[in-house]
Amino acid sequence: MEKYCEITKDNYKSYVFEKMPKSSHWKNMFWAFLIGGTICVIGQAFIELYKLWFSIEDASVLASGTMVLIAAILTGLGVYDNIGRFAGAGSTIPITGFSNAVVSPALEFRSEGYIYGVGAKMFLVAGPVIVNGVTISVIIAILTLIFGG
Amino acid sequence: MEIFLMFIKAFLVGGAICLIGQIIINWTHLTNGKILVLFLIAGAVLEGFGLYSKLIEFAGAGASIPISGFGSALVKGAVKAAKSEGFYGALKGGLAACATGISIAIVSGYLVATIFKPRTKKK
Amino acid sequence: MDYYKKRTLTFPNSYVIDGYTVAGPKENDGRYKGFFDLALEDDMFGQNTFERAERKMFEHAIDGVIGKANLTNADVDALVGGDLLNQIISMSFSARKQHAGFLGLYNACATFAESLIVGSCLLNNGLENVVCIAGSHFSTAERQYRYPLELGVLRSPVTQWTATGVGATVLSNQCETSTPKVTRATIGRVVDYGIMDANNMGAAMAPSACDTLVTFFKDTETSPDDYDAIFTGDLGKLGSDILLDLTKQEGYDISAKQHDCGASLYWDEQQTYQGGSGAACSALVFNGVLLGRLRKGEYKRILLAGTGALMSPTTSFQGDSIPAITHLVEVCF
Repeated sequence: MEKYCEITKDNYKSYVFEKMPKSSHWKNMFWAFLIGGTICVIGQAFIELYKLWFSIEDASVLASGTMVLIAAILTGLGVYDNIGRFAGAGSTIPITGFSNAVVSPALEFRSEGYIYGVGAKMFLVAGPVIVNGVTISVIIAILTLIFGG
Repeated sequence: MEIFLMFIKAFLVGGAICLIGQIIINWTHLTNGKILVLFLIAGAVLEGFGLYSKLIEFAGAGASIPISGFGSALVKGAVKAAKSEGFYGALKGGLAACATGISIAIVSGYLVATIFKPRTKKK
Repeated sequence: MDYYKKRTLTFPNSYVIDGYTVAGPKENDGRYKGFFDLALEDDMFGQNTFERAERKMFEHAIDGVIGKANLTNADVDALVGGDLLNQIISMSFSARKQHAGFLGLYNACATFAESLIVGSCLLNNGLENVVCIAGSHFSTAERQYRYPLELGVLRSPVTQWTATGVGATVLSNQCETSTPKVTRATIGRVVDYGIMDANNMGAAMAPSACDTLVTFFKDTETSPDDYDAIFTGDLGKLGSDILLDLTKQEGYDISAKQHDCGASLYWDEQQTYQGGSGAACSALVFNGVLLGRLRKGEYKRILLAGTGALMSPTTSFQGDSIPAITHLVEVCF
């Protein structure tokens, strides 16, 4: 590269960064928006459906549960990773991405048995979500108690 | 008609949350696990100020399906139980509120691992 | 360059008798379709886990190359080689079925070039036949180094695709017919330019490739013009570009001669981004393609520079940069 008259150990990282092919940001963002939005619309459809029999809170929980189940099956069928390949955050951030993160290691590590494989590795990717989520919820709840919310 | 409007709101808000996530990924190259935790904490903190519930009221699944909705549900449950049962509730409420989702994820993970096999990626 | 005592070795009697390759389905759909001795239709290879499949590929390649070289298993004095998995299980476990001595090697994707160097050294010490072998499997490596297979992730454009395949070579200290020879080699040293992104292995490895290549040219007083082709292991497209810049800076223009085994393994439509990576790249291309071209006279003298990124998921999570190594062998016919 012309700009770098000498590539040294010190400027190597910035040289590589300029030379790197960039992801097509606009395309990624478009698909993330479209797929993410679509997944939420499907979730909303389940909420509307369950609202016929349950309260709105229960319907919302059940709808999330249904989406988790669907994503688990799609993961098993080998479809979800193909969606994730172009949807990026659009398939990672919805609860379906959480489900994919739980199911895919379980599937992968079945070959190591149900105890040390499925059991131990299931939360390999999704574990941090539960751990951090529970911790922060307890902290916030205690803070609310102390300061009266 | 109201249902239709709800769908549009869910699409726009849900899509926007994922879009923000994608922008962060594009910028920072954060890995999946970090993005999930980041959004979870964002949802939890917003709920701590009582804001995320309002977004869920407005956009329904558009706000509850993203992982930030999970964080908000944890905090909402914990705070609610803490108010009625004190410290005991603060420990109990969060997971209790999300028990359905987590249980479904675990059980379906178990079942899927039993039924299916991992396949090699083609692309 | 820095101080080193002696990194370039000369081998008087290291004959390449034959090579054998086992390639995965995606590799056989790539640019070198039909060059491989055994192309799998399914990368499970009839086994119930990917690890066992990789092991079976190694067993096949060892037996295959021994048969192809008209030897029996009892003729082989030593096996040298390795794979990418922890504790190099694929290689070690497949060596169970052999009587020969076994040296397990790990230099990530540079393992094949390393095995040729170690094998040639053994021949210098009186052994007659040595099998050099290296390979990798996409599904086992993906799980160890990255994510579970079914996890939906957006792949960065600098990622490479771990090649599925095993390549084995028989080296002998004598050969009645004329055959390619491993004549010289330069042992790589570990070079780390501070690249942190485990996806961007090409950029992490390019400085080490440059270091070894330049050392070889200086030690042997040769230049790129003396060679018909210079094959790097798995730098990928980006890594190759960087290597060209780096070597030019050292006064060697290799752009007309440089090819990358990994980058040339797949077609662009196969969506591997930077091309192939993994120990299989150089093993497949050397045994499947280069030996044939040497025999046909298309090449007279070539260099094979196996490149390896020596990171593990643990070091990546702990925030360490990626050290890399490159071993180089000169093969003449």
